[in-house]
Amino acid sequence: MAHGSGGKLSHDLVKNIMWPAFANDILGQMHDGAQFMIHGTKLAFSTDSYVVKPLFFAGGDIGKLAVCGTVNDVAMNGAVPLYLSAGFILEEGFPIDDLQKIVTSMHKAAEEAGVYIVTGDTKVVEKGGVDGLYINTAGIGYRLEGVHISGQNAKPGQDVILSGYLGEHALAVMGERHGLTFPQSVASDCAPLNGLVAELLAAVPQIAVLRDPTRGGLATTLNEIAVQSQVGIMLEEVQIPISPAVQAACDILGFDPLYLANEGKMIVFVDKKYTEQVMKIMSSHVYGRGARVIGQVMEKPAGQVGLRTTIGGVRLLDMLMGDQLPRIC
Amino acid sequence: MLDMTNEQVKKAAEFFAGEIGNLAGSRKIRLMEVCGTHTVAIFKAGIRQLLPASVELVSGPGCPVCVTANEYLDTAIAYSRQPEVIITTFGDMLKVPGSSSNLATEKAAGADIRIVYSPMESLDIARDNPSKKIIFLAVGFETTAPIAAAVVLMAEQAKINNFYVLSAHKLVPPALKALLMAKETHVDGFLLPGHVSAMIGMEPYQFLMDEFQTPAVVAGFEPLDILQGIYMLLQQIHAGVPILENQYGRIVPQKGNVRACEILAQVYERTDATWRGIGSLPSSGLKLRKEYVAFDAKENIPVVVEPTKEHAGCRCGEVLRGNILPTLCPLFGKNCRPEHPVGSCMVSVEGTCAAWYKYGAGRWQG
Amino acid sequence: MCLAVPGKIVEIQDMLATVDVSGVTRKISLMLLPEAKVGEFVLIHAGFAIQAIDEEEVRKTLELFKELEEYARHDQ
Repeated sequence: MAHGSGGKLSHDLVKNIMWPAFANDILGQMHDGAQFMIHGTKLAFSTDSYVVKPLFFAGGDIGKLAVCGTVNDVAMNGAVPLYLSAGFILEEGFPIDDLQKIVTSMHKAAEEAGVYIVTGDTKVVEKGGVDGLYINTAGIGYRLEGVHISGQNAKPGQDVILSGYLGEHALAVMGERHGLTFPQSVASDCAPLNGLVAELLAAVPQIAVLRDPTRGGLATTLNEIAVQSQVGIMLEEVQIPISPAVQAACDILGFDPLYLANEGKMIVFVDKKYTEQVMKIMSSHVYGRGARVIGQVMEKPAGQVGLRTTIGGVRLLDMLMGDQLPRIC
Repeated sequence: MLDMTNEQVKKAAEFFAGEIGNLAGSRKIRLMEVCGTHTVAIFKAGIRQLLPASVELVSGPGCPVCVTANEYLDTAIAYSRQPEVIITTFGDMLKVPGSSSNLATEKAAGADIRIVYSPMESLDIARDNPSKKIIFLAVGFETTAPIAAAVVLMAEQAKINNFYVLSAHKLVPPALKALLMAKETHVDGFLLPGHVSAMIGMEPYQFLMDEFQTPAVVAGFEPLDILQGIYMLLQQIHAGVPILENQYGRIVPQKGNVRACEILAQVYERTDATWRGIGSLPSSGLKLRKEYVAFDAKENIPVVVEPTKEHAGCRCGEVLRGNILPTLCPLFGKNCRPEHPVGSCMVSVEGTCAAWYKYGAGRWQG
Repeated sequence: MCLAVPGKIVEIQDMLATVDVSGVTRKISLMLLPEAKVGEFVLIHAGFAIQAIDEEEVRKTLELFKELEEYARHDQ
């Protein structure tokens, strides 16, 4: 069960079972999506399955998530997403009203992102076959010219920029459990980022890495990049934006916000000389309002992420191991 | 509640670090904290990097999850396999290995195991499932035990008859005493657990002065609380006068929480308990008094538990007693890692070895 | 072993208090701290208020931390 939550165990499953079975160069690039060419056109292609519970939460629902998640995965390849597929697996007896709401939500999200859901599939399985509803979306788009985005492109001399506040999606989804009530301000940050990505890449095509810190959170995502590029990353704790409400919920339940999923945030790695430009574009965009420079790339130690704490100590920021569980002790 | 800017925190931290350095000089000093929450807080804040090399901070047996014996886990697992049982537990217990399985694995296999933030949630579950038996895994030191006791009283008052407790509560002062009586223990001062003390007050630690003349400071959990606590210990050591001091005055009153202690004493009594890695310590655990036997899972629900198997080879006992650092255990980081723990120190997020591994002491080479 | 968080009591009904922690609220039992009042700060752990927070001590601690260098100079 712990294998699905995006941390080290998920990695091991993919690394030890999927990759060897499917082995090819495109898969080997280890992006959130695949980059390849068809008849001279550079494309990006990505897929994801959405099993979130509850289906409806503050700030969104499984439908909005399914569209934004895949739109963002494609965009993070330095691409313009165009078309999505949507596959639905429904449990027998699933309320039609809920399905209507979810599908409407998907349409709205697609409209905002400027993409079209052009093909799909629907299956109904018997009660107990799935938990309510699962959605899979796949997305395809064309990669921008003059842009080279890859998890292997992080280099010393680059700044690490985060587009905004952490932990909001994860808490919006889990919040009602354990009796916590959140202020209105805590809602899923689920959003399509392809518009912001396009703006950034038009102005600064030199951007080296783009990634959205979804499952496993900021820490896991940065660890992946550090390993892929074989560089070190040093973060400054005082720069990482976390709202008081998110911090409070984490303090109460014993979670670490650096490992919580975000669905409307992105990380940018770019040479320091372009940082100011990137920050300017981000802060003026609705989805980049809380943008901050949170760290920088270093030569060593290769493959590791460090965090300089508020009091000036440095500690390792490891990958997530299995699920984060609430703790009291 | 400590409203400070990052700059102010950093300046204060630098002050403490500087003073600690001055006071320590070249003398080798070993301080022990006995609270898993301190273990994690120290790592998260990066405290060790601010201390001089001569001041060593070791962890003691302060992780109640880690010191819970295999037999308790095996019992909980056996109960979870009974179809009429719902297990409620703190998240901390989920991945702790028993002799051959753990609760997370059992849950994935279909057992009804639910994580609760408060044991009170167990009562709601009990009310909603009258045909089931709800067993709460009562683990924790004196911060948590009075809460379990209060929930038993709530159950009694509400006449809930399908709620039970499987107790593994343990007490901190007896563990400290056992530590200090062991020949190999060498500790120059204790950083005492602020929230346990919020419940029991300062009095139960007096024996550290009277019998062992060991400096001790009750400390809070913010980085500055911990640094100030260490600073106060160094001042004591430098002056050669051991005192029992309270750094956490904003939370810990001299007498602790009298009401909580009364409720605890009403529902629970002391009993001998087995501490994983240490052995059996007299009067170091809690069990339900006979007036509350109706809530005792073991007394009311028959269960067959597999024979306990201990994992061989690890040096957990020595780590728990602060005699060695995790890196000296031959299994650390190799056979014994958070995703497949062998010994108790690796099982819980707050376990010394788990914290050591996760936060990189011994791995960060920057 | 003791994750506990300070919060402000905003409402009390019987033995249950609604406690606010930076905008996040939860119902907390006052069974271990029956004298707690609305407007007071308490330490919460596992769904219970376990200790009152002495606001005067908070102020003193804060003052101390903020003025450490001066404090050290006075000592010398």
